[in-house]
Amino acid sequence: MKVRLFAQQREQAGWTEREVEVPEGSMVADLVASLGQDYPTIASAARHLVTAVNAEYVGTDTALHAGDEVALIPPVSGGLRSW
Amino acid sequence: MAVAALPFTEEQIKRYSRHIILPQIGGKGQRKLLQSRVLLVGAGGLGSPSALYLAAAGVGKLGIVDFDVVDLSNLQRQVLHHGHDVGRPKVVSAADTIADINPDVQVVKHQVRLSSENIMDIISDYDVVVDGCDNFPTRYLVNDACVMGKRPNVHGSIFLFEGQATVFLPGQGCYRCLYPEPPPPGMVPSCQEAGVLGVLPGIVGLIQAVETVKIVLGIGRSLTNRLLLFDALAMEFRQVRLKRNPNCPVCGDNPTVTHLIDYEEFCGLPHRDHADGA
Repeated sequence: MKVRLFAQQREQAGWTEREVEVPEGSMVADLVASLGQDYPTIASAARHLVTAVNAEYVGTDTALHAGDEVALIPPVSGGLRSW
Repeated sequence: MAVAALPFTEEQIKRYSRHIILPQIGGKGQRKLLQSRVLLVGAGGLGSPSALYLAAAGVGKLGIVDFDVVDLSNLQRQVLHHGHDVGRPKVVSAADTIADINPDVQVVKHQVRLSSENIMDIISDYDVVVDGCDNFPTRYLVNDACVMGKRPNVHGSIFLFEGQATVFLPGQGCYRCLYPEPPPPGMVPSCQEAGVLGVLPGIVGLIQAVETVKIVLGIGRSLTNRLLLFDALAMEFRQVRLKRNPNCPVCGDNPTVTHLIDYEEFCGLPHRDHADGA
């Protein structure tokens, strides 16, 4: 299935979209954990992501199927102070 | 606040003629704009374009919240402010620019730091809140206040070359449905550290302005329950469908956030609930 990263996740991982393999029926949380093993910035942000499957915001306990498109969207703000 | 329908002056008929001739707006819609009260939180990258166009549209009362003064580095994108404004409070600079654009607009300068102590009073005077915050503590405060005060919250945010926008209408979800807690310090780089394409908040701020006008006029299909994602480099817009989260800490079925929170940004602690007297 396709995974698309946004904002600082995209910036830190160095890619925007990638095909990722997880077992059919895995949960979104499993996918995030799997990506988190390769990308520590995803691991540390895991609780601060909007996870969308096929353009719909879903909970991390949602089951994934072949052909799904998953988006990981972190909060962004802009501005002066580091947060 | 119901106001009797006042006749337009000749100058207003000319000024707003391009609105008035649109069937979806007309004189009736223009009156709604002139009677509307919009609060802009932040007169920076996002607030500047919003302020300009909402003033031009004839929003009758435009409140502007910003504690900062204009800095030279702001001018790359904060088009409400000009060279001669460097060093002046942003709300003063904003009021001057708006007065030049449209004298019909009453600007209310809120040169304060928003906190749990003042925000409910401030938002109570307005119909719509436009969130152009530059920091997470204020964003969460504005969100929670809009939920508790039942005010529409027109949200916009940016990072590098990407933007996000949505509308949170009372009862239809809020920022905490997406991000229940603020991210820890260091997780999200700021514009000052990471930089930002100047034009980017221009686009996102104008999306916020359009959504605000649509709310006031009651026309079109609101961005509510849709997260609009903008990639300026690819020139792509995407949407993610949203829903109110029944487990949301502030607008869910069993809220755990029932008082406003002043997050302590400098020491990284999640929160201290001042309103509870702790």
